[in-house]
Amino acid sequence: MDFNYKQNKEELILELSGSFLNYDNEKVKESLYAAAEDSGVRIITVKAGGLQKWDSTLVVILCRLVEISRRRKIRYDFNGLPVHLQRLIELAFSVDRKPAHDEPEQLPFLENLGTKGLNIYGDVKKGLHFMKDCFASLGRLLTFRAVFRRIDFLFALEDCSYRAVGIISLVSFMVGLILAFVGAIQLKTFGAQIYVASLVAIAMTRIMGAIMAGVVVAGRTGASYAATIGTMQVNEEIDALKTMGVPVTDFLVLPRLSSLIISMPFITLLADAMGIIGGGVVGVLMLEISPEEYIKYTQNALNMKNFLVGIFHGFVYGYVIAVCGCYYGINCGRNADSVGVATTKAVVSSIVWMIVVTGIITAVMEALKI
Amino acid sequence: MKNDAVRIKAENLTIAYGDFVLMKNLNFEVENNDIFIIMGGSGCGKSSLLRILTGLQSSPTGRFLIDGMDFSHSGENRRAELMRRCGILYQSGALFSSMTLGENIALPLQQYTDYSPKLIKELVDLKLSLVGLRGFADFYPSEISGGMAKRAGLARALALDPEILYCDEPSAGLDPISSRLLDDLILDLNQSLGTTFVIVTHELASIFAVGTNSVFLDAETKSIQARGNPKELLRNPPNEKIHNFLTRGEKTHG
Repeated sequence: MDFNYKQNKEELILELSGSFLNYDNEKVKESLYAAAEDSGVRIITVKAGGLQKWDSTLVVILCRLVEISRRRKIRYDFNGLPVHLQRLIELAFSVDRKPAHDEPEQLPFLENLGTKGLNIYGDVKKGLHFMKDCFASLGRLLTFRAVFRRIDFLFALEDCSYRAVGIISLVSFMVGLILAFVGAIQLKTFGAQIYVASLVAIAMTRIMGAIMAGVVVAGRTGASYAATIGTMQVNEEIDALKTMGVPVTDFLVLPRLSSLIISMPFITLLADAMGIIGGGVVGVLMLEISPEEYIKYTQNALNMKNFLVGIFHGFVYGYVIAVCGCYYGINCGRNADSVGVATTKAVVSSIVWMIVVTGIITAVMEALKI
Repeated sequence: MKNDAVRIKAENLTIAYGDFVLMKNLNFEVENNDIFIIMGGSGCGKSSLLRILTGLQSSPTGRFLIDGMDFSHSGENRRAELMRRCGILYQSGALFSSMTLGENIALPLQQYTDYSPKLIKELVDLKLSLVGLRGFADFYPSEISGGMAKRAGLARALALDPEILYCDEPSAGLDPISSRLLDDLILDLNQSLGTTFVIVTHELASIFAVGTNSVFLDAETKSIQARGNPKELLRNPPNEKIHNFLTRGEKTHG
């Protein structure tokens, strides 16, 4: 390609010939622009008699020359260009509106702090309002006034119960195994390795079974709730429900909430059992405790109080996970990104709230001497 | 003998999903600088045909050629090389929501060229100017309207100066004025850049405004029922079905 320019008194002449493709010589382009900026230049002329092929890299240069001409209020003569190329340059300048893109306002420190505080207050209020709606839906369910499809409930129940059995069993088994290993290291030094059975049984039934079940269900089912409902938000399905007058919490939240509340205690039971079996494997195979003895010590350690406390935790976690998943799904934005954000928030907040609720329940149990 | 005027040649293409055949024995040619319309009723396989032409779906039979080169049976490298010469405007614009419009358009340039970041920025600004979105480079897709998203999608499709541009329902979901502006833009780009357009649409106003050649797919016979300039087909419809389609089934009064 050939790219020559020369200044003839007040006229800057750019001559183009050959194939002008993929041109990216910044140095030459800058010198051309500098020549066009020269105060002596009053007209820019482009001659392209020998121009064969061209692409957008040439259009970029010509558009820049037009910009310079317009800014400097000098003439430009592009009549030597192919007609199509002239038309393209015309098209590039045909719409010249400035978009209104408001820069975010920089607030003073105190105002910024206050705004953030108000935002947090707004979020908390919204969350509490949603929880109130969920309780109201549960109330309508108990009085047979809730509007939801039984098939949705059964699907949700299937998804969070027997479809979760494999992963819950594996994780809980491994946790039981780890608990037994960690306990055995200390207990062995006192020759009390037989108490590994008691340690695993108490830990799993009182809290660990419920926590492990909760973490797995939050990552599996809670995330799925947020993604499913979030996608419905993107597809305007939630708007359709609202305009049809169908209560969103009844139709979307209730089947998921009730199925998780029902299934979580059973999932917790399964996690307890698998954890105890995991601990048993370590006890019998590594610590050389006989299976009969391990079972006997496990039975002695198990009591109804710990057992019910664990089940209660599972029940509460079910509520927390379902509410977090559905809340972030319903409050999801309108694009693909926001579904990902909603899913992440649902899982993180489920786990955080599970820990917070565990702390509260433990403190209350302690106060009640349970 | 190779005909230089023929850009795309489809030979005996079939559109099928498993055993379910939508269309069979599709033969047509798209000539250089054409605005070629693929039209037909809903569900007749227009978008599926476009998916075949863009390599997203395969045809169980036949082949199609781009500039005389077999696309259907090419290896991955040859396909990538041929697709580098094509741009695609998707029905929804298909802009990446996590990127600004500028980043969306810069992506193919960064992927396929060795241009400096400065030139890429200049090209992005040029493409946005061509579609009437000058100054919108820093906007995210969520901050613009549906019509603007379509035009931004067109700017991205134009990023690499494609010789062939495929458009899937470009006017769908747009108001009549935005739709008309998009049609004008397609005509402008066709005339100024010499780009060949293959457009899937059933919007009659757009078909008559931009189309220079067309095929009409018929779900009932699973074949092409008519071909030619849409305005000519309207004047001399080969059968009642085409007449009904092109006149929206309205009866002639008078």
